[in-house]
Amino acid sequence: MDVEILSRIQFAFTVMFHYLYPPLSIGLGVILVIMEAMWLKTGLPKYHNMARYWTRVFGLTFAIGVATGIVLEFEFGTNWAAYSRFVGDIFGSALAAEGIFAFFLESGFLAILLFGWNKVGPKLHFFATCMVCLGAHFSAVWIIIANSWMQTPAGYHIEYRGEIMPAGFVPNADQILHSRAVIDDFWAMVFNPSSMDRLAHTVVGCWQAGAFLVISISAFYLLRGRHTEFAKSSLKIALVVAAIASLLQLATGAKSADGVTKNQPTKLAAMEGLFETQANAPMLIAGWVDMEKEEVVGLQIPGMLSFLVGGSTNTVVTGLDAFPKEDWPNVQAVFQFYHIMIAIGMALIGIAWLGMFLWWRGWLFDASNPLVRLYYWILILSVLGPQIANQTGWFTAEMGRQPWIVHGLMRTSQGLSEVVSANQVVASLVMFTFIYSLLFAVFIYLLTRKIQRGPDDEEESEEMPASWVALMERRKGQASAAG
Amino acid sequence: MDLNTVWFILVGVLFTGYAMLDGFDLGVGALHLFVKKDEDRRVFLNAIGPVWDGNEVWLVTGGGALFAAFPMVYATVFSGFYLAFMALLCALIFRAVAIEFRSKESWGWWRQMWDVGFSLGSIGSSFLIGVAMGNILQGIELDARGNYIGGFLALLNPYAILLGFTTIALFAMHGSIYLVMKTEGDLQARLKGWVNRTIGIFLFFYIVLNVATLVYAPHILETLRARPWLLVVFALNVLVVMNIPRQNHKGNEFAAFLSSCGAMILLMTLFGLTVYPNMVLSMPNPENSLNIYNAASTEKTHWIMFIIALLGVPIVLAYTASIYYIFRGKVKLTSHSY
Repeated sequence: MDVEILSRIQFAFTVMFHYLYPPLSIGLGVILVIMEAMWLKTGLPKYHNMARYWTRVFGLTFAIGVATGIVLEFEFGTNWAAYSRFVGDIFGSALAAEGIFAFFLESGFLAILLFGWNKVGPKLHFFATCMVCLGAHFSAVWIIIANSWMQTPAGYHIEYRGEIMPAGFVPNADQILHSRAVIDDFWAMVFNPSSMDRLAHTVVGCWQAGAFLVISISAFYLLRGRHTEFAKSSLKIALVVAAIASLLQLATGAKSADGVTKNQPTKLAAMEGLFETQANAPMLIAGWVDMEKEEVVGLQIPGMLSFLVGGSTNTVVTGLDAFPKEDWPNVQAVFQFYHIMIAIGMALIGIAWLGMFLWWRGWLFDASNPLVRLYYWILILSVLGPQIANQTGWFTAEMGRQPWIVHGLMRTSQGLSEVVSANQVVASLVMFTFIYSLLFAVFIYLLTRKIQRGPDDEEESEEMPASWVALMERRKGQASAAG
Repeated sequence: MDLNTVWFILVGVLFTGYAMLDGFDLGVGALHLFVKKDEDRRVFLNAIGPVWDGNEVWLVTGGGALFAAFPMVYATVFSGFYLAFMALLCALIFRAVAIEFRSKESWGWWRQMWDVGFSLGSIGSSFLIGVAMGNILQGIELDARGNYIGGFLALLNPYAILLGFTTIALFAMHGSIYLVMKTEGDLQARLKGWVNRTIGIFLFFYIVLNVATLVYAPHILETLRARPWLLVVFALNVLVVMNIPRQNHKGNEFAAFLSSCGAMILLMTLFGLTVYPNMVLSMPNPENSLNIYNAASTEKTHWIMFIIALLGVPIVLAYTASIYYIFRGKVKLTSHSY
């Protein structure tokens, strides 16, 4: 294997592994904010216990997220030096902004979130939780902006051997190592054509990841009949978040797909497996791409793609035949990943809203009903849904951009480090495989342990500061006065 | 002063912040295996527990700022030092997760395994950071496009390795002083003894390093002739280091720690003033060197970043200071400690 494919595998592997964790931090962050707000409002110990328990889970995911995130920031330079030189003037400021605005905020206030229970009062703790959640969201903002610029570059011009080239100039293979993209307009870079749509789609995907983790663990307790009160309250909060997020995800996904149609028609054609430019283009529910015959065999709705793209079945949708073959992504992979994501997205809507329905009818917590128990099983497994959908969604986005590293400007093969050999990448890839396997095993083990141990049902913490106790006492006083 | 120089200083400030803050985390890690009792090791971990995460962000932000302000330097150093940086990543990952995982189980082998991971990860990170700096000081072989062409083994030269050990000693000194501030009683009394020893070891390496600089990096001697006032910074640095045992003896733990921070700042200042305006010196072809002009982003990006820094840095400093204030005082082990 050559350096290019090895470097791509390494980047894909390290970013995939990393991306198991930040969505959990972002999603759990939102849920922690809700739980602590409920605790501040009601003073009920159960919300306090919930916040404490889910904070512990949060801490675990956060630590691995941080440790594996540094790798990515290094890898742009280590494996993609030519790319880094080409985009540094644009891409670098987004990364630096992420550090200053997001990571400091997150990691700083995380200290209070994890270790501040006996150091600060409830309001300051709530504030810290909000800041950690906000920081996690900010980190998504800047990295998505940077990645979206690779998808739909804007606000730049190309400089070749120190001279500014006219708009639309694409450096050829001989020119590329002497060219760089330089910034024209910072805000045009930030609000490039795909950034806000993709940001919304990504962040909502993170909310789903966090919500379904809480749903899964809560359902496990309900099935076992353990920590029932805790599990019910956690499930209710997470189910609401999941139900809203799943529907929102449909909307943000549609918006993103609109953008892809406009800005990256090759990617859209690959996602939909559309080889021939045509009116009345079908939409495939599922299928298999036959690359030799250049067609897709599968279940399809005639005219649906044209309808979704242009509001009428007569709309002509650009197929892959409009582009030279060397500009095609891997159609089979992009098609399949995209369809897996869609299928899971739909299933998650069904699961979440079925839960809302059961809750509304008062059946959700009837653990004696075998059908409800079956539903709990589905909920336990549902934690995998957002994770797989998030991963396959990113596969669609990134593999769909190929063969470009910066869409329409620089090919992936041109972005490599000239001085890094295949052997070196093999060495680091072996190292990452080893470390990440170990990390993943330990993570799963510790998470399982946390789940089995469960929350402390009556956590009257011995070192709780007076202001926390006062909040609980006040609530007790109100309850007895009302009673 | 032009913007390129401003950004040279700002990137320097970020890496100095990293050395000063994560420096004591790494130093605590280097000393970790020298205490045997589980409780003492937990005190060590919890001394840095709430802050190590934030400290590491200085490295991440420094890397981001380097990428944005001097992309050619970022690309050259990170791709050129490929295997060294991969080893650094490995060390940083092990160190980070070891802190999180260690106290989750009470089995002896489990804790010992992560203790070793934490300590070796810390020592390895310190060493590799030193090796990288040693190579930058000494100069590395660059081609006309600024690619490093010297190969991996050339990075492991005696001078760079010496600087690697010096960095371990420096961080161990800094870490021991930090620990004195965070501990009490018998453990603190023992640590006070360690401070003097780590200072001795650091000064030994520091003196050897300065002699070695004359042998291995003769161009620095020329810089010194052109900038004789560098010797004042150097003298000041030695004085500040000497102040640490004095404050320590008098029981001014915080003053001792501040002195140690001062020593780190002066060391980085010395480094910066020595290499300026070069960022990566090319040896043997100095005309290929990357400096703050030929390696820089456009002026526009420097301005944008300057505004970002102006907005962000004061806020960051404000809440970082508040968090250190909230977690001031001696370590108390509780149920949610590491």
